[in-house]
Amino acid sequence: MFDPKELPVEMVQILDENGNGDEAKIAAFSDEWLLDAYRAMRRARVVDERLLRMQRQGRIGTYAPFSGQEAAQIGSVLALQKDDWIFPSYREVAVCLTHGMPLEQFFHYVRGRLSGKRMPEELNIFPTQIIIAAQTLHAVGCAWATKLKGESHVSVAYFGDGATSEGDFHEAMNFAAVYNVPVIFFCQNNQYAISVPYAKQTASRTIAQKALAYGMKGVLVDGNDVLAVYETMKQAVEAARRGEGPMLIEALTYRLGPHTTADDPTKYRHPEEVETWRRKDPLHRLRVLLERRGLWTDAKEEEFVAKVNEEVTAAYEAAVASESGSIADVFDYVYSEAPKLLAEQKEEVIRRKQAKEVK
Amino acid sequence: MAELTMIEAINEAMRQEMERNSRVIVLGEDVGENGGVFRATDGLLEQFGSGRVFDTPLAESGIIGTSIGLAINGMRPIAEIQFLGFVYQAMDQLAAQAARIRFRSGGRFSCPIVVRSPYGGGVRTPELHSDALEALFTHSPGLKVVMPSNPYDAKGLLISAIRDDDPVLFFEPMKLYRAFRMEVPEEPYTIPLGQARIVKEGDDVTILTWGATVPLVAKLADEMRMRGVDAEVIDLRCLQPLDIDTIIASVEKTGRVMIVHEAVKTSGFGAEVAALISERALFSLSAPIVRIAGYDTPYPVPSVEDDWLPNPARIVEGIETLMRY
Repeated sequence: MFDPKELPVEMVQILDENGNGDEAKIAAFSDEWLLDAYRAMRRARVVDERLLRMQRQGRIGTYAPFSGQEAAQIGSVLALQKDDWIFPSYREVAVCLTHGMPLEQFFHYVRGRLSGKRMPEELNIFPTQIIIAAQTLHAVGCAWATKLKGESHVSVAYFGDGATSEGDFHEAMNFAAVYNVPVIFFCQNNQYAISVPYAKQTASRTIAQKALAYGMKGVLVDGNDVLAVYETMKQAVEAARRGEGPMLIEALTYRLGPHTTADDPTKYRHPEEVETWRRKDPLHRLRVLLERRGLWTDAKEEEFVAKVNEEVTAAYEAAVASESGSIADVFDYVYSEAPKLLAEQKEEVIRRKQAKEVK
Repeated sequence: MAELTMIEAINEAMRQEMERNSRVIVLGEDVGENGGVFRATDGLLEQFGSGRVFDTPLAESGIIGTSIGLAINGMRPIAEIQFLGFVYQAMDQLAAQAARIRFRSGGRFSCPIVVRSPYGGGVRTPELHSDALEALFTHSPGLKVVMPSNPYDAKGLLISAIRDDDPVLFFEPMKLYRAFRMEVPEEPYTIPLGQARIVKEGDDVTILTWGATVPLVAKLADEMRMRGVDAEVIDLRCLQPLDIDTIIASVEKTGRVMIVHEAVKTSGFGAEVAALISERALFSLSAPIVRIAGYDTPYPVPSVEDDWLPNPARIVEGIETLMRY
């Protein structure tokens, strides 16, 4: 008999919330790597806070903030190569930015521009997925194609704890293991699916253990520890590249902000709980480590934050200045070639455009 | 030229496209060792091996969702949904995912998948094996919907579908799989998606139909000629894209329209065709448009399905009604 109560629950951690931990493992990380990781995380935090404010000012549309999840997002993506495939949900902004998505591109997206849909050609980032867990299957299919073509990149499906309740998650895990494809299931367990807490989402003690039922390896990692996330992801990616198949990673983390700008988390989360997790802030512990190594100061922080703020402002202004596109463009990417009846609808809006009835 | 059944023509189309392009793969439930529950994929596993033909786990959403991922990364998957009634399990992956990949990515990615699925009544199946569900997909921009009615068309349309850069749903009337043989060229050939076929020319009434009902309508139209009614029968073959020009030209000639399909009547694709005709050729009509379709109930049980489906009595009555005007 399999008794879930007998399953050991171990969480991989290298750096604890106070910036201490496994010294030998910490020593393996170079100054340069730690600085890169910190800069990426600080940049992401600044971007996230600015985007939240810009939404309140009406400059961008609905936005799903990720503050608190920087270590999970950035630690995982730093373990990838540039041509690896990413299948993000809507909260993976830090993943996409760190994998190379231009910030200006993201402003087109959150300002609801048609131009925000298209990722630059060289980036293997699939469009943002809205339907929960749907992208997990796309990642599996993509990884399957990689295997069939004899190529070596990996595909990463990003999703949250809520997604593990969806049928597509189950089907994706099953297909991935059956075909032994190079895909990583990277779950950011931020403990809430909008307002529904983990305990109402699943009776499973961990998400990581769900891997066992599919004949797959699963691992639980401290999602606020960028070193542990990176190490874990690196092992999973290397195994996948060696042909050892898929892995499920559960990164335990916490969304410090709301689900989206349309929601008020004080309705469903106790302030004390949020405070507990603020003390586990993924940026704080890494900064403590950097300071201990003499790599970071308040002055450097201030200078860096100012630089990111300038970057955000410049990207926003560039996006606004380059905005184009009209209703006439919506017909272009429905089919490879617009069928007659669709082309007729396009002609109608072009007529309206010429008559200045539409922009 | 070989005389093939529709199932043989479908098998030949897949075999030839797999020979032509190593990126074409086949996946679905029981499509490998078993060659498909109707033998559509018979012999493909033997010829192309387990790296091209995949017996998948029993999961329709998984079949379509992974096909999408395969397609965006360079493969040309032909996925089989064992019966069209099972497609509800994959609705999100079809209507909200495959259909929108090109649009959602601003043209960066396309989704060249073919989803083959048998459908149609009159074969005494259990529940949810016979339903005609094409209208679910004509209502989802981004998908193409093809419904062949004979072996020759099935081969040419399927080859076009496999070579097409958009997701194509290819619905095969299972009652016609082995109903008759027809000369089918051995070499590969294509029939453009979006071209209707005039099955029989006539001046008195236009009958628009597709897929499973085409042979029945053609036979009745021949019989009606003895009774002095010369019907024009058009097999739409493809609902998206739709050959509206052929439809309107015929309506302008005959002034009378009957639409026949197996799917339930309300919001069936016949309603769309009727609306298009009223928008474009209302003043050519000398009679109200008649629709003969499945009744607005779930597909019934075998003991009553013949009375539920468009059948000779209902179709002939429809023609007689039109001819009274």
